[in-house]
Amino acid sequence: MKYINKMKSVLTLIVIALIVAGISSCGQQAKDTDAFRKGALSSDVASRVYVAPGEYDEFYAFVSGGFSGQLAVYGLPSGRLLRVIPVFSVDPEKAYGFSEETKPMLETSFGFQPWDDAHHPELSQTDGNTDGRWCFINGNNTPRVARIDLTTFETAEIIEIPNSGGNHSSPFTTENTEYVVAGTRFSVPYPQQDVAINTYADKFKGMLSFIKVNPESGLMNIEFQVLLPAFDYDLAHSGKGKSHGWTFFTSYNTEKASTLLEVGASQNDKDFIAAINWKKAEEYLAQGKGHDVPANYKHNVYDEATHMATSNQMNTVKVLLPEECPGLVYFLPTPKSPHGIDVDPTGEYIVGNGKLSADLTVHSFTNMIAAIDNKEYDTIIEGIPVLKFEKVLAGTVKAAGLGPLHTEFDGRGNGYTSFFISSEIVKWKVGTWEVLDRVSTYYSIGHLMIPGGDSKNPQGKYMVAMNKITKDRYLPTGPEVTQSAQLFDITGDKMELLLDFPTIGEPHYAQGISADRIVSKSKKIYKLEENNHPYVAKSEDATKVVREGKDVHVYMTMIRSHFSPDNIEGIKVGDKVYFHVTNLEQDYDVPHGFSVMGFENAEILVMPGQTETITWVPSRVGVYPFYCTDFCSALHQEMQGYIRVSAANSTTELKWSLGE
Amino acid sequence: MKIIYLIIFLVVTTAISCGSGKQGADADKGTEQKTGEATVHDPMKNKGIGPIKNIVIANEIDLEMAAKGEEIYNLKCKACHKPTEKFIGPAPKGVLDRRTPEWVMNMILNPELMIKEDPDAKALLIEYNMAPMANQGITEEEARAMLEYFRTL
Repeated sequence: MKYINKMKSVLTLIVIALIVAGISSCGQQAKDTDAFRKGALSSDVASRVYVAPGEYDEFYAFVSGGFSGQLAVYGLPSGRLLRVIPVFSVDPEKAYGFSEETKPMLETSFGFQPWDDAHHPELSQTDGNTDGRWCFINGNNTPRVARIDLTTFETAEIIEIPNSGGNHSSPFTTENTEYVVAGTRFSVPYPQQDVAINTYADKFKGMLSFIKVNPESGLMNIEFQVLLPAFDYDLAHSGKGKSHGWTFFTSYNTEKASTLLEVGASQNDKDFIAAINWKKAEEYLAQGKGHDVPANYKHNVYDEATHMATSNQMNTVKVLLPEECPGLVYFLPTPKSPHGIDVDPTGEYIVGNGKLSADLTVHSFTNMIAAIDNKEYDTIIEGIPVLKFEKVLAGTVKAAGLGPLHTEFDGRGNGYTSFFISSEIVKWKVGTWEVLDRVSTYYSIGHLMIPGGDSKNPQGKYMVAMNKITKDRYLPTGPEVTQSAQLFDITGDKMELLLDFPTIGEPHYAQGISADRIVSKSKKIYKLEENNHPYVAKSEDATKVVREGKDVHVYMTMIRSHFSPDNIEGIKVGDKVYFHVTNLEQDYDVPHGFSVMGFENAEILVMPGQTETITWVPSRVGVYPFYCTDFCSALHQEMQGYIRVSAANSTTELKWSLGE
Repeated sequence: MKIIYLIIFLVVTTAISCGSGKQGADADKGTEQKTGEATVHDPMKNKGIGPIKNIVIANEIDLEMAAKGEEIYNLKCKACHKPTEKFIGPAPKGVLDRRTPEWVMNMILNPELMIKEDPDAKALLIEYNMAPMANQGITEEEARAMLEYFRTL
């Protein structure tokens, strides 16, 4: 009884509390919205990442898909996933790497590679500003660089990098997209050959490649390579403004270890930043100093007019040797295995993020030029002058955190550096090197991104942290959990965490851009008149089935909601059937899909005005249905057909029809 | 235990009183204006909904224009409209005896809105088994040329 009485009095208190709370919350709703925003909801960050249904995000974010091999497109600030662009890995949803048109995109000198590890997206720039034309990204495992066309959000080109052993310091553009670069992470024998691994110090070399980008078409070609000592080249960024014409690469393993690098590559107090004067390289090339070296690599190009990719064999590359080209390369000593290298928006400061250090080393471009002019060399390694550390140093951000990896800028004179070991982002003042603010990340941040944060004019409103470890941030999904990004507001003095959102693969770098730089150029359909696919059927009158020996070509069309033809007979076991399927629609967002029962292949998803080809080698007799896989209209379920397969020795007549 | 019911009652009442105020405001905003219905509908007076307000057609058929129209028709329309017989959609043969030229062109140029709002287009959608007319990205000039082609059928 005593217990009950006590309970009653507690409950009475709860009642009063709830009623009071209820009334006061009612009162708040009545207040005007402005007071509301400033008052009770000032700590409510949900409203700042909320993009109402039907509204657009302010920014696109292109986030590397890491070991998925793809590129993910998000909207910011909502963190909504808009599209996954297949780049280096096959994607059965979009038939990328399965359709006859896209198979050549994944060809390499080693053959067809169904997977790679995609690392650093980099947007094209004009005058140092992101221009929304292309996004480049590197494949780390089998060295390649891809270009994505931002009118179609499709991979338009992939070029393989010869003489390279892991393309990590890539693609990082120059300020007018004159070049994107590709530095090897793993040095390899040069030329590649069968040698003992312990000959590393003698036989191995590190190659840095400069890929020229055609300013109109975007087409890439390897303009030249620079042969460097057998270090590991980790990351890169090109100069801008006053330092335009130079590209900077970090290195580690200047000890030239070929085993247990965990210990062996961390002996030297300082490693080097390699500064390459690419304008000087152009002069040397013009003088004929480039060596034509045999090479074996593929250059794969997707042609939008034919909707088809071709893979071209390349056999030579031009190599510049530093000892023959004075002034081409300098080494800047930088403490503790520098990882990321980042150039501030003015182009004056070059930040070396020494990953095994607590400090950030910042070099001055002006000091570097003066040190070069005055020949302030410590030594010369393989023809490359090593500049005196204290002569190029601009300043140090002292004891900022543990394990600095990458720095981005906000355009207001501040740098933001990710610290992996202490799992935080530190904001610091460019020029005074004082620490202004710090914020924790969950957990173990790698890259970070501010839209335009590596360009001349950052759009410093948001910052995205890309974390290496997720642990308990989301509902558990077994041993493997999602990868994770975090969005911060950086407009105030204090960085403020707004949102966690999952990512695909392990996100390495990312790029952000104002949506308005892309939206107006976004393609909605492919024009049927401009379709030059060799197997296109531009109308139902042009549909047919043609036998060429064991190859059977089906010229098929699709429109809401039927295939033409939808009855096909005369196919035999062991034939190779090519379905060349054209979507006759000319309206936005009306793709049709196509698949055949048991065809040991992926569906094709054909955009309006496009032609795609998928093959089938039927292995048993019968009549098999095919159907549209993308819900297209109220009669989508009726969008189907049959294909009859007869025995290899049968005399079934080849015929096709629709509605007969 | 009565006190527990009292708690529930009070909390629920508070919540409802908060909620109903909001709902009332929303409901006021959401009221739609109803339009009056036409008493007699004549398709031959219906110009449809879209960019084409008035078209003047010469007595003579412009054969050159019609040929151009036929070309576009074969490429963009024929998969669903056979010239002289009912298929996925109706045949264009004789369409100008049933519809105004403006309506025909608006149906080609603006099918999404026509299907939604125009009484004749809505009726056709139902008659043709809910197969919607596709927007094939036709220009006004091309639609005009097709209209000329339809006159030759």
